[in-house]
Amino acid sequence: MNAPRRRFARLSEWLDQQSSTLFITPAVVLILVFSIFPLLASLIIAFSRFRLRAGSYQVRWVGFRNFEKQFFGSEQFHFLGTFKGMSLFGWLVAVLVGVLLLYWLYRYCRRQFWWLGFIGRIISALMFFGLTLLFCATLLSGHQFGTLGVTLFYVFAGCSLQFAIGLGLALLCAQPIHGRNFFRVIFFIPLMITPIGIGYAFRMLADTSKGPFSPLWQWVGLGDFSWSTDPWAARIFIVIGDSWQWIPFVFIILLAALENIPKDHQEAAQVDGASGWQIFREITWPQLMPVAATVMLIRLIEAFKLVDLPNIMTAGGPGIATESMSLHSYFAWRSLDLGQSAAIAYLLLFVTVVLCVSFFNYVVIGRLRNSAA
Amino acid sequence: MHNSRQRSFFNRLFEAPAIGKMAPGTSLIVYTLLLCWSLVVLFPLYWVLITSFKSAVDVNSGPVYLPWVDFQPSLHAWRELLVIDYEDTLRSYINSIVIALFSTTLCIIVGSMAAYALARITYKPKFGNILMFVLAMIAGCYVVWKFGVDWKLSIAVAVAIWFFLVRSIGRFFTRSVGNGDILFWMISQRILPPIVTVVPIYMMFQNLRMLDTHMALILTYTVVNLPIVIWLMYDFMNSIPIELEESAQLDGASRFRTFWEIVLPLAKPGLAATTLLILILAWNEYILAVFLSTSKAQTIPILVSAMNAGERGILWWSMCVVIVIMILPVVFMAVLLQRFISKGVLLGAVKG
Repeated sequence: MNAPRRRFARLSEWLDQQSSTLFITPAVVLILVFSIFPLLASLIIAFSRFRLRAGSYQVRWVGFRNFEKQFFGSEQFHFLGTFKGMSLFGWLVAVLVGVLLLYWLYRYCRRQFWWLGFIGRIISALMFFGLTLLFCATLLSGHQFGTLGVTLFYVFAGCSLQFAIGLGLALLCAQPIHGRNFFRVIFFIPLMITPIGIGYAFRMLADTSKGPFSPLWQWVGLGDFSWSTDPWAARIFIVIGDSWQWIPFVFIILLAALENIPKDHQEAAQVDGASGWQIFREITWPQLMPVAATVMLIRLIEAFKLVDLPNIMTAGGPGIATESMSLHSYFAWRSLDLGQSAAIAYLLLFVTVVLCVSFFNYVVIGRLRNSAA
Repeated sequence: MHNSRQRSFFNRLFEAPAIGKMAPGTSLIVYTLLLCWSLVVLFPLYWVLITSFKSAVDVNSGPVYLPWVDFQPSLHAWRELLVIDYEDTLRSYINSIVIALFSTTLCIIVGSMAAYALARITYKPKFGNILMFVLAMIAGCYVVWKFGVDWKLSIAVAVAIWFFLVRSIGRFFTRSVGNGDILFWMISQRILPPIVTVVPIYMMFQNLRMLDTHMALILTYTVVNLPIVIWLMYDFMNSIPIELEESAQLDGASRFRTFWEIVLPLAKPGLAATTLLILILAWNEYILAVFLSTSKAQTIPILVSAMNAGERGILWWSMCVVIVIMILPVVFMAVLLQRFISKGVLLGAVKG
């Protein structure tokens, strides 16, 4: 009669003893199974030629061939862009950036030196210099750039736009206005809307012959212009769509941060006759900076993953003009070239990690430390 | 004279009458800008909404803006999708609901448990054990790749060997990692673009014959969103006073009971905001669904993009109907839960 109950008591006691393990195990196991194993498997795929057969598959080791193809081989135009000599302006910019980076490293060595920090800085500097060279050789020399350049354009153009408008809206909403909650809910809405919906909605809006703004386009004289055939117009439209969705995120967090800043400093400054710009620069901004840096880090991380909007709005076209690296990898997967797909995905991962970690180490941590001190 | 009068007018327009109030000129500018942005936000939504009531002619013949004024709204697209051909829509809709709800629940439970554990319990996994685990996994993968052993068997053997090694030589390792490292490891998973891991996940589910099932999508979404939950909830768990838990434990409550009956109710505001965020992310997720679902587990975003593939060109009106029914529940929920969002719940974690 008593035995099952005693067994139950012993079981629950054992569970309680093991609780510290049991609490964290599910998360660890899930992450191991669904991101660490796939990451390893993906690495293996990236180094092999992979063929799906009926019911099974065949793997052949090809070394760095998949990566080589992206950098030097037949896929170079697709991944990096077209190289046909560099213009003088391109050389000038590249040399300037190189000198600045060397000075930055030199300054770091003079001030404080820690070998791990130094290696990290060398990696960041090399990556940054490589991307600058790419930028100079393609865009500044008037040649087309590949998916790497497009991804970086989405990331930097999108993040700057979102930060500028998000901060502006947050500052407006932080004024003593009526109906702040109303505006907050309205401005929050785009974040909830599926990227697919946004893609199609913006396609309709951008239509110069049947969209809502077509009278305007006709009036300007661009009635026959189709934005989806012009590389830059298409890229900019995708950035606008992405920003429309993500501005609310920046806005909502910056607004909360603004509301958390105690009002008395601002009011004291106002009494002393400081202008609005002075108050913002000297009082609000330093307190806002740590949150702003972290929000931008999150946006940076997410922006590298952009895939659905280009897929929906332009399917990567015209040509490869709007293809982000994720989309490039997805297209490679769709044509069953798994090795290449994994190689591109790994390159994306590498670029993302180096840029995000650099941003985190040189910008976010410094700001957080300043605010704590 | 003229000049000074002008300046005084200008001054009056832009000088705040009192602290905490706006000058008339400033407030005019502020409200204008806010209303402009509201238009920017609402107009695309309005356009989607009215397009769903348009007939094909209205869409194709050029822009018409106002229902009943310059076109006659019709319910033909709604009827087609919700009455005549409702099976496909309904199935995707239910799929989406099931997958979003289950993955969010799972994600919140697992994530807040891990966050709580990391905030309260000190972990000291040995560095050497982790290294051995990685080596065992690499060896397992190598065996699969070189000798074509079944990957499930190979992984199981690798884990077993690792477990044995930990039990036998694990105690000789001295260096260990701390809670901060584990937390960083978990949160940093968010940097991983889904495209990197989705191909192996696809192959894994294919191997397990779980492709195009709810389970596959639920598990994948859970892991993708787990870092966010851990990150947001960790901060929340840290802010809960530890005395309450200590007194509960003195009274003999187990850790699970403490967690369930004391910690979770206290963390409610944070849980609400996090749940909302995860629910939206799971509801809107597209690229993983493209890979992992084809027909049976098809979610709503896939249904939307499938409208593009028809022979008659894009059926804008039908597509807009689906987008509208997809948007409605989340917008409704956001309006209901907006006080959690506006409390700045998400801010805590961002401040780091």
